[in-house]
Amino acid sequence: MGIRLEVNGRAIEAVKGETVLTALNRNGMHVPTICNLKDLSPSGACRMCVVEVKGLETLVPACSFPIEEPMTILTHSPRVLRARKTNVELLLSNHPDDCLYCERSGSCELQSLSEDLNIRERRIPGKKSPHKMDKSSPAIVRDPAKCILCGRCVRICEEIMSTSCLDFAHRGNELCISTTLSKPLNFSNCTSCGQCLISCPTGALIEHVQFPELDAHIHEPEKIVVAQFTPAVAVSVAEQLGYKPGTNLSGIITAVLRRYGFDHVLETSFGAEMMMMEQVEIYKKRAAEGNGLLLMTSSCPSWVQFVEQSYPELIPILSTLKSPQQILGALIKEWYPKQPGNENKEIVSVVITSCTAAKTEARRVEMSKSGIPVIDLVLTTRELARLIKLSGLDLDRLEPEQPDAPFYSPGSAGKLCGVAGGEIEATVRTLYSNLTGRELPPAKLHRFRIHKSFREMVIEVGDREVIMGTVSGLSNAVALLKEIKNGKRKVDLLEVMACPDGCVNGGGQPLPVDEKVLRNRSKAVYDLDNGSKLHTAHQSPSIQKIYNEVLGEPGGEKSQELLFTTFKKREVLL
Amino acid sequence: MDEILKRFPQIKRNALIPLLQAVQDEFGYISEEAIARIGSHLSLPTSKVYGLATFYNQFSFSPRGVYHISLCNGSACHLGGSGDLFSELTKLLEIGDGETTRDGLFSLEVQSCIGACGQPPVMAINDTYFSGVGVKEVRDIIKQYREDAT
Amino acid sequence: MLPDKEFILKLARSAPTELSPEDQERSDLLKKVSLLRPLVMVNCSTSGVVAGAKQTWEAIENYVSDRSIDIDLAETGSIGLSSEEPVVSVQLPGRTRLFFSKVTADRVPNMLDDLFHHVVPDQKLIGQLRQSGHEPWSDLPYLDEIPFFALQNRIVMGDCGIIDPFSMGEYIVGGGYKAFLQTIRSLTISEVCDLVVASGLRGRSGGGFATGLKWKAAFNTPSDQKYLICNAEESDPGAFMDRNLMEGNPFLLLEGISIAAYAIGSNRAYIYIRSEYKDAIRKIKNAILQLRESGLLGDNIMDSGYNLQISLRKGPGAFVCGEETALIASLEGKRGMPSSKPPYPSTSGYLGRPTVVNNVETLSNLPAIIRNGPQWFNGIGPEGCPGTKIFSISGRVRISGLVEVPMGTTFNTIVNEIAGGVETGRELKALHVGGPAGCMVPAEMMDVPVSFESLKSNELVMGSGGILVMDDKTCVVNTVKYFMDYVDKQSCGKCIPCREGTRRMAEILRSIIRKSTDEEGHTTLELFKGVMQLESLAEVMKDTSLCGLGQNAPNPVLSSLKYFRHEYEEHIFDRKCNSNTCTELRSWFIDVDMCTGCSICAKRCPTEAIIGTARHPYFIVQQKCIGCGICYEVCKFTAVYYK
Ligand SMILES: Cc1cc2nc3c(=O)[nH]c(=O)nc-3n(C[C@H](O)[C@H](O)[C@H](O)COP(=O)(O)O)c2cc1C
Ligand code: SF4
Ligand code: SF4
Ligand code: SF4
Ligand code: SF4
Ligand code: SF4
Ligand code: SF4
Ligand code: SF4
Ligand code: SF4
Ligand code: FES
Ligand code: FES
Ligand code: FES
Repeated sequence: MGIRLEVNGRAIEAVKGETVLTALNRNGMHVPTICNLKDLSPSGACRMCVVEVKGLETLVPACSFPIEEPMTILTHSPRVLRARKTNVELLLSNHPDDCLYCERSGSCELQSLSEDLNIRERRIPGKKSPHKMDKSSPAIVRDPAKCILCGRCVRICEEIMSTSCLDFAHRGNELCISTTLSKPLNFSNCTSCGQCLISCPTGALIEHVQFPELDAHIHEPEKIVVAQFTPAVAVSVAEQLGYKPGTNLSGIITAVLRRYGFDHVLETSFGAEMMMMEQVEIYKKRAAEGNGLLLMTSSCPSWVQFVEQSYPELIPILSTLKSPQQILGALIKEWYPKQPGNENKEIVSVVITSCTAAKTEARRVEMSKSGIPVIDLVLTTRELARLIKLSGLDLDRLEPEQPDAPFYSPGSAGKLCGVAGGEIEATVRTLYSNLTGRELPPAKLHRFRIHKSFREMVIEVGDREVIMGTVSGLSNAVALLKEIKNGKRKVDLLEVMACPDGCVNGGGQPLPVDEKVLRNRSKAVYDLDNGSKLHTAHQSPSIQKIYNEVLGEPGGEKSQELLFTTFKKREVLL
Repeated sequence: MDEILKRFPQIKRNALIPLLQAVQDEFGYISEEAIARIGSHLSLPTSKVYGLATFYNQFSFSPRGVYHISLCNGSACHLGGSGDLFSELTKLLEIGDGETTRDGLFSLEVQSCIGACGQPPVMAINDTYFSGVGVKEVRDIIKQYREDAT
Repeated sequence: MLPDKEFILKLARSAPTELSPEDQERSDLLKKVSLLRPLVMVNCSTSGVVAGAKQTWEAIENYVSDRSIDIDLAETGSIGLSSEEPVVSVQLPGRTRLFFSKVTADRVPNMLDDLFHHVVPDQKLIGQLRQSGHEPWSDLPYLDEIPFFALQNRIVMGDCGIIDPFSMGEYIVGGGYKAFLQTIRSLTISEVCDLVVASGLRGRSGGGFATGLKWKAAFNTPSDQKYLICNAEESDPGAFMDRNLMEGNPFLLLEGISIAAYAIGSNRAYIYIRSEYKDAIRKIKNAILQLRESGLLGDNIMDSGYNLQISLRKGPGAFVCGEETALIASLEGKRGMPSSKPPYPSTSGYLGRPTVVNNVETLSNLPAIIRNGPQWFNGIGPEGCPGTKIFSISGRVRISGLVEVPMGTTFNTIVNEIAGGVETGRELKALHVGGPAGCMVPAEMMDVPVSFESLKSNELVMGSGGILVMDDKTCVVNTVKYFMDYVDKQSCGKCIPCREGTRRMAEILRSIIRKSTDEEGHTTLELFKGVMQLESLAEVMKDTSLCGLGQNAPNPVLSSLKYFRHEYEEHIFDRKCNSNTCTELRSWFIDVDMCTGCSICAKRCPTEAIIGTARHPYFIVQQKCIGCGICYEVCKFTAVYYK
């Protein structure tokens, strides 16, 4: 089993068959990597991880070289360092000198690699490949000039998201990342999940930034600008502002946004709780029809689009609810114009979210009200961080503030939606109460919180058993659906989140993300629920108030008009 | 198209290249429709079909010319002056490697070694070979083909 | 066309002495020992067709039908004399066969007139074939006596150009398939491996890896399925050994594949062949069909219990797919991008199963090794590197073509003695050996014997065997740039050092052979820095590239810098190409006496380098001229000249 390696003069133990990189990392030694990504197939393409192995003619890539016998390795010899440095210089020779203007400056792996390797001049001159930016997608901007062809996006989109929107095309110095027939991204089957974006080491994939467009609205006396931000944003924006991952800043964000000039600040969790109220009704109705279909959530826009494109036959079992931000958006555009003094004012509704797909979702005609979108701008967590920095406020001196009534729910049910599994957990609490008349102790469902891409739990609700499940990552969802189809599994209420681990890992989140950061974000969401006094949507007084004053009752006519939508098959090149 | 797909009943990825070759042979290029059909036939994302097809020289996405010119630029032909022929052809036809003239008459492809290195430089138009040709001959040959076409 | 199955099987099974008189007669006919009528064979493989063999064929057909002469007209492959095509051979009943070069259609009537009157047209005769039991032509040289063939040892290529590549019968009566049947009947798998290890056969694709050892690795890896792949991609520009073998003797390759597949315990073999090799594809397809029909391929071959399927796959065109992991990816229906080794294909290859990839020439050696035994093979060539190697010779040389010589033969013998050296009045400057991954061998090193070891000790490589001959009118820098451009285009682009490195190298080389313009502004110092950079880039590319393409791409640069540094310096410091190849370095002048002042050149010059007043001689401003030569082309009065 154990194989002795000598690394830089020190002896370490390695396991037969594991890669040199795994052995090095386990022993606290690091070599730079670009193309290698945990959980994805190895590619061995970038050659950044090369090390010197005694007796071998060429350097070998640590990330893909399996250990079969004792070896003597040098990880930072002059030969190795020169090779790494030259390769980065070669990359830079075909890279724009754009750091000052680049979205990724500061979190760019290429930038930090060149700094680490002490590259201080453009030593290798040469022509750069001609490239066109693709700004067609409302969510993702591709700038191939900055692409270093590591292939991470390709593998993420294929292996984690089952979408395979991107692949390598052409070869040699014409090699590029391309959609089918080099179509613009919005003509492809991209679901805007943004997973490729957060895995990209450089600025080749960035979100479609809308932050500057705010200026046209904010401080305009004729406009009422309303912001809502999601629970996943609340627990992660802190990272980009220099706080510890997992710090919850929701109250501070509200305070900052007010000072920045937003007229009203809301939390999307309110929309989520409305969604839960309605979800329960849909479940009851479908269960009564008893045709054995399970109910799949429709809160994740990336997932919804994926179903419409790739599995249109599943549309009937999809919930017909809008996403929380769209629900709240609809309420905003319903409510604020009717408030005294607002008669002639334009309502601008802004969503701040971890979700890049929400940018695309906002443009869906199905989501608009008489042709006018209910959401005007969508900013990501990263854009929020920039806004906060620009505000010039010292966050440590701000007192947390509460969102505006009436769309403020003090409970934690809606906030749970930040993590995968949260939506279904909170929904089941309301379902339980609805069907049994009793409240389910929150701790009953804590077993549902294990860290796995698919979880299920059987919960007895009165005289029946409900199998609740959650799956995140589209590939995992596809695999699960196959099992369900084959009869290997049965789930009654299934939550699907496109991003692995859910919205805390959305495409708009601060970079870099790794497993530890993700755990901290998820933990922050759960901590919130654990510390909360109100765990359900139906017990929230403000939810009741909205039903009383605006909607009538769950499933009612007004609900149908504002909170529900339709999904339909979409033709794209798959 | 249906005919071709029928010839490949096995839906495995390793049928992809032969399938594309059959399409290329039949239609002279690979259309958007063909990509979509092949993708769904093999249950492969079309991005993979496109990515694969762009990797190889054999596949093109636009129709070839009536006269497809293959110019050898193997090492022997290079020494024998194929570079001059290439610049002459690009000048005459106003197209580059892998392109087709607007009128669809000529397309040009530079190949590596046509297999007659003893007679450089070698050029082929469809199935007719020309060996040991110079710039002047090429001009005449193209002129001849143009005349033949009209 | 197909000789009947029973008869072929009898031939394949029995020793020549066991044949009945009728069978003997039939076999003699197939073997062309006895002829019923005159036999004319035309090399209709690619090299022949390019030179007009089709027209020659038609001319022969017309000739005999016009005169109602009864002959057998058959196709054959190339005997290796590429620059002498179309080669036609004629055998009259009872006489030895005669070979003629450059038999274009117009020469057919005269030549056949003479021959059918038993007169040998002395023009363009190559020689007569040594055939026992046939009356030789007096005073005519035998093929094996003329210098081109005399120094060769054609154990693999021997039948190319002589036999009909479409006739399984002819292959078998010549001793074909004996080796394979012997293998599956009397040798165990490991015995075949041992035998090939003992023969010392090494891969002919360039790396020189011991074939038997590679087989053993695959044989020793347990698996439900193993694959043998014949690598017939051969995309080195200027190399055509494998093509010639397949076009000239496809059955030999198929027998070799069958032996190798048996030796690794595989019953599934693929031939991955360049799709441009239409002629070879046609012949191999035909051969597979015939072998299947006669039971030499398929299930339970000759009741041995051994099954083998061989399929042909056309490579869709990418040089890098010659690399074995890329080839496998391509077979699997993926982009032909190489992957890191280990794992090697012999443990995890096609569809994750143990796979052996062997070159066409390697495989074509096997039947002779089995027939004659490992000692025989080991006795040819130097120790540690036995057997022969085929080289394709082209460029500035008298005879372009293919030669098969024992390992250890010197470059001098191959190029000067066999291929006739450079044209009279020219001087040999260098050989470029091994294509884009190869190296420059200066004229002073012509005495180096060609074997894996001796080349390695001289810091040279063999590559697949393409030899490009360069005379004093060939520019080293330009040739190196040609190869670099080639790999730059052919790199798969997966890894940084190769993708970006080849591009930068090609750019640097381009700048050296081009005059600077104001925008690009390559000053001498910059060019010199570029050359220095070539060396350091080369080392990193060799050190870190993922596959052999990137690792070997710098070879031409490094070897030429080593032996022809002065030529780089001439280009850089004197801005001159002494062999006058680099057009863009030429200095153009206008002859004041010839120039009529028509001003055409001035109008066409892309850099406005020509000044003057109409009807007076014009003048070229050297600093502005980029040497494109347009002025020379457009001047109707031949007033423009270069120095
Ligand atoms: C860039 C590159 C191109 C190659 N091209 C060929 C080729 O065209 N034909 C070939 O037989 N081997 C080629 N090879 C070598 C193969 O990878 C492989 O080693 C060979 O087929 C093994 O055959 P052998 O052991 O019989 O020599 C190439 C290798 C590299 C790195
Ligand atoms: S991608 Fe990175 S290196 Fe490139 S311009 Fe942006 S920050 Fe700079
Ligand atoms: S980092 Fe350097 S280049 Fe960039 S802004 Fe600062 S001083 Fe300027
Ligand atoms: S956003 Fe998602 S679906 Fe679109 S390309 Fe990126 S990973 Fe693929
Ligand atoms: S877009 Fe980004 S992730 Fe994709 S290959 Fe380029 S650099 Fe890598
Ligand atoms: S999981 Fe969340 S962040 Fe990701 S696409 Fe879905 S809604 Fe957006
Ligand atoms: S060395 Fe070149 S051909 Fe080989 S994998 Fe790297 S980029 Fe591709
Ligand atoms: S060669 Fe003649 S046409 Fe070309 S740049 Fe020089 S002067 Fe002008
Ligand atoms: S084209 Fe010839 S004749 Fe006319 S100006 Fe130029 S050099 Fe003189
Ligand atoms: S990280 Fe190892 S090759 Fe890219
Ligand atoms: S190099 Fe042109 S035919 Fe071989
Ligand atoms: S370019 Fe140099 S001798 Fe030509």
